[in-house]
Amino acid sequence: MATTTTERESTAAGSGAVPARDRLTWRERALFTAAFFLPPRLTPDRVRYDRRYRKLDQHRFIVWFLVPPVLIYLVFVISPFLQAFYYSMTDWSGFDSEFSFTGFDNYERMWHDEKFWDAMGNSVLLLVLGPLITLALGLFFAFMLTAGGRHRRSEPVSGIRGANVYKIVYFFPQVLSIAVIAVMWGRIYSPHGGIVNETLGAVGLDSWKQEDWLGGDLARWCVLAVLCWSFVGFYVVLFSAAMSAIPTQIYEASLLDGAGRWQMFSRLTFPLTWDTIRTGWIYMGIQGLDGFALVNIMVPEHGMDVVPSYLYKKAFQEAQAGYATAIGVALFLVTLVFALIMLLLGRRDRIEM
Amino acid sequence: MTSRPYLNRRTLLRRSAAAGLVTVPALGALSACASGGGSDNEPEERGETSADNPFGVTDSELEVVIFDGGFGDQYAKDAEAIYEQSYGSVDHTKTQEISSQLQPRLVQGSPPDVIDNDGAHAMEIAALIHDEQVYDLTELLDAPSLDDPNTKVRDTLMPTIVEMGQYGGQEVYQLNYAFTIYGQWYSRTALERIGAEYPQTWDEMLAVCEAAKREGMAGWTYAGQYPYYFNFTMYPMIAKVGGPEVLAAIDNLEPNAWRHDAVKAVFEAYYELTARGYILEGSPGMSHEDSQDEWNQYHALFIPNGSWVENESKANTPEDFRMAVGAPTGLDSSDAMPFGTLWASGSAPFFIPADASNAAGGLEFLRIMLGKESASNFTKLTSSLTCVRGAADDLELGPGLTSAKETFEAAGDNLVLPRIQDWYSTLNNEDIGGAIADMMAGNIEPDEAITRCQNAADTVAQDDSILKTRHV
Repeated sequence: MATTTTERESTAAGSGAVPARDRLTWRERALFTAAFFLPPRLTPDRVRYDRRYRKLDQHRFIVWFLVPPVLIYLVFVISPFLQAFYYSMTDWSGFDSEFSFTGFDNYERMWHDEKFWDAMGNSVLLLVLGPLITLALGLFFAFMLTAGGRHRRSEPVSGIRGANVYKIVYFFPQVLSIAVIAVMWGRIYSPHGGIVNETLGAVGLDSWKQEDWLGGDLARWCVLAVLCWSFVGFYVVLFSAAMSAIPTQIYEASLLDGAGRWQMFSRLTFPLTWDTIRTGWIYMGIQGLDGFALVNIMVPEHGMDVVPSYLYKKAFQEAQAGYATAIGVALFLVTLVFALIMLLLGRRDRIEM
Repeated sequence: MTSRPYLNRRTLLRRSAAAGLVTVPALGALSACASGGGSDNEPEERGETSADNPFGVTDSELEVVIFDGGFGDQYAKDAEAIYEQSYGSVDHTKTQEISSQLQPRLVQGSPPDVIDNDGAHAMEIAALIHDEQVYDLTELLDAPSLDDPNTKVRDTLMPTIVEMGQYGGQEVYQLNYAFTIYGQWYSRTALERIGAEYPQTWDEMLAVCEAAKREGMAGWTYAGQYPYYFNFTMYPMIAKVGGPEVLAAIDNLEPNAWRHDAVKAVFEAYYELTARGYILEGSPGMSHEDSQDEWNQYHALFIPNGSWVENESKANTPEDFRMAVGAPTGLDSSDAMPFGTLWASGSAPFFIPADASNAAGGLEFLRIMLGKESASNFTKLTSSLTCVRGAADDLELGPGLTSAKETFEAAGDNLVLPRIQDWYSTLNNEDIGGAIADMMAGNIEPDEAITRCQNAADTVAQDDSILKTRHV
């Protein structure tokens, strides 16, 4: 009993004021600081044999390794971002090192710029519908490939016949560079012997033929279709992998409970692949917001714009780097909002397997 | 006392993020601005001038950047060889990415000495001039020409070349080396086949198209993806119908310039082609190559184009095609200008940056390029005329270029020079091009197309961020 009391007393004393031996003198402090910046070999003995050395060593190790990547990140990512905010408030032409500060003029101009809002409308369309269609198709195909086949006795679920061949075929567009895809689809939409018009003609839908798919109002839908086409394969493979990670016992159990295919998908597969879907959604959203290569290569100059292609025109063709930077900042804000929405929507309990 | 011996991942991330925030302002000073730099060149020192060396070129190296497009770069290499015989060595670069390669160097103040600022990624010359990045070439124009010391360079040039180098003042900032004749391109064979003469009035044009239609040939095709090709014939037609001042008003972005009766008449005339079904099906979505192919295959009679088309479509042109170009068809005999009125002007613009370290060498290089030897070499290599008067007289040219030369000579003084294409290229190519594209595709009526053109021009006129130029 007596010993416990003393212990308690000493603890009480310790919490009241730091004991003298724990406080660092300014000399020790300087020594510790020096040791932090010196290579471990040069650590003074006084510090090395101090009981706080272990903590110092640990921090030093981590900080030293973090410094180079953080520096690179700051110089090449953060500082251009900050500079962009500044340049967006100037009338910089992009050709000269001279410019003047114009405050929010560029933003005001952007607010009244119909072409900018057109481009933004198209970008938002691609941002919303691109992931929706692509992921839905990807999920559907992946589910068919992993659990869409006939029931066989030995396995609770199986893919349709030739699932592996399909997986490879779906993945083909992913191998092509986006520039190649854009050139190819430019030809497909061409009224000069392009497949789209020829096919419509061959099946008797002559009235559906268009003289100009990519120059007019249909262009955004054409671009959307190409965007989805080029990425579906990737998501089929991604989702197939996620689905095959689901233990078959769960499917077995659901089969015994009499679940149909739709129930199996909506109650099992979908929730269990949700994490992958969310990641895919963000990635696909970024692709949709970009869309630069497709639009720049496929669509004629007087046709539709998306925000990045409009930005490019302003910066590199019309010598309005300041205004282009303001558009870039707007794009940054849209991306930020998109990311926030995704984070809020995506909050859902994780299911452990 | 519970102290955690190890940092966990979250606190580590949090702390490093905080550290990052603190470091940012400190790094601001460290990192160089994108726009940093500035002119670091001393004013160049020139050597002694002489009759052969009017600019006082020294032996210092000359750097030339050539746009690697339809003209290639061999012609420049040949001219550089001549330069190297008398002066220092030449550093030759060719690129298609003029803007992305050279913009940073201009910003830094260490540009090359001569730039062929051409192609889809050319730099906006008006902005460069405004930023005082371009050397005034007046000195070159007043120097003796290479072939005849008694003639100034200025007097060896084709018409419109000096004017095209001017941007609202007397200074001449760029030299368009190639010379282009725009018009209605056709095949003499095709025209003979339908038994027609080249149409001079719009009624004749409609009759020729009708005759072509009976032969199963469309009257016109065009590059729908580049609808501003129509401007090559529509602008001169506007000038022919209403006089050159109508075009000047359009160039000057004057209010209601597009609402002039001549513009309305021309738009309605062209819309007639669409309304009567004389346009080849599918043209609205075609690239320039597609439309030229169709034209080469006798699927359409006329195509609005420039004199580069002969070389560009060479591979697909049939032997018996007999390519030719005619001046834009007018409306009728009451037009302000006679038939033959033509848009012919320079292309392939060269300039010397104001900060060039060897500007004298650049001037001398351009003087060599403007000599007969280099100019006829250019025509031989590229099947394009140059801005040097008479340089192609002794050469055997293809049928298209021969016809272009004849049409140009027949035009005499009736040349027009619309500037909107080089002054406000976005307005010309996208907004006006887009309106014309919609009209020729039959989506909108001429009145609406004109309204769109006028609105777009008004928008540009009110936009302070776009540099304005006016006819002097």
